[in-house]
Amino acid sequence: MGNYIPATAEERQAMLATLGLRSVDELFASVPAEVRVRSLNLPDGLSEMEVSRKIGDLAAKNIRFRSVFRGAGAYRHYIPAVVKTVTSREEFVTAYTPYQAEISQGVLQSIFEYQTQICELTGMDVSNASVYDGAVAAAEAALMCLERRRHGVLVAGSADPQTIAVIQTYCESRSVPVTVLPTKNGAVDPADLTAALSDETACVYVQSPNYYGVLEDMDALTAAAHEAGARMVMSANPISLGLLKTPGEYGADIAVGEGQPLGLPLSFGGPYLGFMACKKELMRRLPGRIVGQTEDHEGRRCFVLTLQAREQHIRREKASSNICSNEALCAMTASVYLAAMGPQGLRRAAENSAAHAHYLAAELAKIPGFALRHQGREFFHEFLTDCPMDPERLCAALAERGILGGLPVEGGLLWCCTELCGKKDMDELITAIREVCAQ
Amino acid sequence: MKLLFERSRPGRRECLLPPCDVPAAAFSSSALRASAPRLPEISEIDLGRHYTELASQTHGVNKGFYPLGSCTMKYNPRINEEMAALPGFTDIHPLQPVETAQGCLEVLYEAERLLCEITGMDGMTFQPAAGAHGEYTGLLLIRRYHQSRNDAARTKIIVPDSAHGTNPASASMAGFTVVSVPSNADGGVDIEALRKAVGPDAAGLMLTNPNTLGLFDPNILEITRIVHEAGGLCYYDGANLNAVMGQARPGDMGFDCVHLNLHKTFSTPHGGGGPGSGPAGCKAFLEPFLPSPRVRKENGRYSLYDPERSLGRVRSFYGNFLVVVRALTYILTLGREGIPEASAMAVLNANYLMKKLAGHYDMAYDALCMHEFVMTLEKLKNETGVSAMDVAKSLLDYGIHPPTMYFPLIVHEALMVEPTETESPETLDAAADAFLAILEKAKTDAAYLHGAPHRCPIGRPDEVRAARVPVLRWNFDSENDK
Amino acid sequence: MSHTPADLRYAASHEWIKNEDGLSVIGLTDFAQSSLGDIVFIDLPQVGDPVTVGESFADVESVKAVSGVFSPVSGTVAAVNDALLDNPALLNEKPYEAWLIKVSDVSEVGDLLDDAAYDAVCKSEEA
Repeated sequence: MGNYIPATAEERQAMLATLGLRSVDELFASVPAEVRVRSLNLPDGLSEMEVSRKIGDLAAKNIRFRSVFRGAGAYRHYIPAVVKTVTSREEFVTAYTPYQAEISQGVLQSIFEYQTQICELTGMDVSNASVYDGAVAAAEAALMCLERRRHGVLVAGSADPQTIAVIQTYCESRSVPVTVLPTKNGAVDPADLTAALSDETACVYVQSPNYYGVLEDMDALTAAAHEAGARMVMSANPISLGLLKTPGEYGADIAVGEGQPLGLPLSFGGPYLGFMACKKELMRRLPGRIVGQTEDHEGRRCFVLTLQAREQHIRREKASSNICSNEALCAMTASVYLAAMGPQGLRRAAENSAAHAHYLAAELAKIPGFALRHQGREFFHEFLTDCPMDPERLCAALAERGILGGLPVEGGLLWCCTELCGKKDMDELITAIREVCAQ
Repeated sequence: MKLLFERSRPGRRECLLPPCDVPAAAFSSSALRASAPRLPEISEIDLGRHYTELASQTHGVNKGFYPLGSCTMKYNPRINEEMAALPGFTDIHPLQPVETAQGCLEVLYEAERLLCEITGMDGMTFQPAAGAHGEYTGLLLIRRYHQSRNDAARTKIIVPDSAHGTNPASASMAGFTVVSVPSNADGGVDIEALRKAVGPDAAGLMLTNPNTLGLFDPNILEITRIVHEAGGLCYYDGANLNAVMGQARPGDMGFDCVHLNLHKTFSTPHGGGGPGSGPAGCKAFLEPFLPSPRVRKENGRYSLYDPERSLGRVRSFYGNFLVVVRALTYILTLGREGIPEASAMAVLNANYLMKKLAGHYDMAYDALCMHEFVMTLEKLKNETGVSAMDVAKSLLDYGIHPPTMYFPLIVHEALMVEPTETESPETLDAAADAFLAILEKAKTDAAYLHGAPHRCPIGRPDEVRAARVPVLRWNFDSENDK
Repeated sequence: MSHTPADLRYAASHEWIKNEDGLSVIGLTDFAQSSLGDIVFIDLPQVGDPVTVGESFADVESVKAVSGVFSPVSGTVAAVNDALLDNPALLNEKPYEAWLIKVSDVSEVGDLLDDAAYDAVCKSEEA
């Protein structure tokens, strides 16, 4: 019903007359008759009011939880109001990739600011303008490290399983062997890494805090990788970097991660934001768009897409990555979030998340059967516990109380707390669990 | 314009989060970063003004005409944004139990069903986050198919020389070697060259149809038959689907798999470079290889499952879900009549604008075009010194985003114009007037055009300097920077 | 019209070569640099790396293009012109002074052209 076409019937006829045609069908003369669509099995078009109700009804079929204690790659943090208003501006939302710098300084400067913030967060020298998500960032980073004589990739088994799966997909199609390292007590044992390294290892991928929330022994793992001449790709939760040691400080060569916690809502998995940053030596291997500072002919500071000779539109089949569109508006969202929070705000988000998680772990441990799995390990804002009953059944009972419980993982539950999970919410959760367990 | 970092003042902050209500977590000192990240410290009012200023220096399709060829910059309806912002979607965790996310799964299921009908495919995944990602996924389907038949010899993907750069790059990433075939004099696939290129080593053909010259290949059925008879599969690059949606379906043209760009054809905004969405669709025989997980419907309930011989994952979760919400809103709005009407009007608008310019500017091909057309400014450049770049930059002074420049590679001094269906005749007339005024200026004052734009916030940036001496982040130590 | 010194030999893939102190010195021709435009980056091999006739040993990048540089000889890299890494513009400014690599232990030499024959190649590519 709606179609957003301004031209009236009379105007269309006049335009056709200009072309010496009578009907629009004549415009499709080059399409063979055999493939012309006779009738399309689609519903009739709707007015805006009708479509608004229909989609609204779909949204209403989902259940929004009052309290969310589940993370595992997607995190519900507080999103400042200013983030949403800034990033919904039509100029930003409806622009294409900023090919024409003269009328795209807003987008270009925001990416330059984002790149700077990501470098600051990760302790790296160079950031790109974003990739699709954290998992793809990890896979692209692994491919960046390949050398003629170094063709193998080692992946920590404690990393997010979806990320491992994406790395495997990307590497399999390039015939790159991927070895998943075993975990001991929720983390990689540096001795196991040393044993797996060879002079054919291109890189080691480690996530810290890892899938279980545990902080890996990054110093030892990085030293082992470098000892063998391999590069270290470290993935980190960006909120944690408001507080915890950076990939740069650990000596990693490439830092990647999922940027969703930086002001992006859960959104059933997307759009999210893959961030990628690296040491200067790897700058020209970094995939994706990169914005650089320069001057116009009058000497005014301005920003442009640069180092484009890396990219697919110039290198075609020789390009190391095919990425073209990225997640620019999500990168801007992260940038506004980081600017709104500032260093103190980000640190508070990290501290409060960690404090809540540690409080919850301690309270859960007081309930029989909810022991912390990885004893003696430091963790950030996620942790795995045992569960004395079917975890799915416990979560179903919690869901009835408006609580999204931990994710059932390896027979236990993987819990997550952010700054949004306050003491009151946690105490309510503990009470609910005691009730369910008592039944 | 000042950078965020130049607006920062130490100690300036907002009260966004409460103090912690439980004891702090104790971390060993070796786990902590040595110093805080140098994020801006800025008041909310300055933050708002900063981005208002940036927005004033950003051209979007909702601000002005954007005839960027092969990018389908049509209007991005506000209702799409409103639907995508519903808390019933934005607040849903991707790993919450499927019984509590039935609405999200229904969105994915319905969008898949409708887009399969539009493309003539049987199954589709929304996991790819952009067009190039969809290409990669589609090529992995082809790879898995040949592997499943133990046909290891099929290592080559055939790509016409007019293709987007992503095609050969995606084929390389998917582990194929690329064979380029030339275009014929009419801009279509050279049939004889294609026959020679397909053999027992051909995994398949990647084709954009209509192609990047804006021409629908009239030999399409013969092309796909030649590839199939040689044992290869046919891949449809959906970048240009806006010309034929509702008019002709890739599935009926003989294609086995496709990718779409929801951020082009289906009106979802491009966000200054993303997020997009590049769903990959396929015929039934390729469905078992689609990425995990897929959505199914049984007895009115939606659930997720892993296809038996899935190629794995190309991204976490289910792709850029909110982009799919926008596209579904759009498809339901247009419906059975609106979809073909949009493509017809996209083609009419392109031909109308081309007609107004033909006779003044040289067209690369003298034929009716589909949704876009390509001009060649080679003669203009030889006669006046004014290049495609000069004309493009001059358009900026008229508030028009320039066409795609210097693409496709097989046309010299190319400008590729795609007006889309959502532009009115008066917008097209005004654009034609601008093009003609620039042409007049070229004959009298070429130097003025070499210096264009003259009325933008900045002039042409020094790209050589940017690439030779890369400055890719703010340098906190150089306060004297301009 | 680009400049083609008579005292050098050329490969049809736009490299010049000369012998100097028993080494083969290889660079990029004036025609090549002017077709590429402003060169912004070059990626050179390391001393000791092998080079092979007709195979790419370096990539040169301009703002809008990238091109491989192909070796006219087979042998071992004996020296690389590090100055180019910091200042690739030398390739545009002085193409016949800005050598890329010097090759020792030359075991094979590809098809080389004199200046007139190379000019003919350039002319045919311009058309």
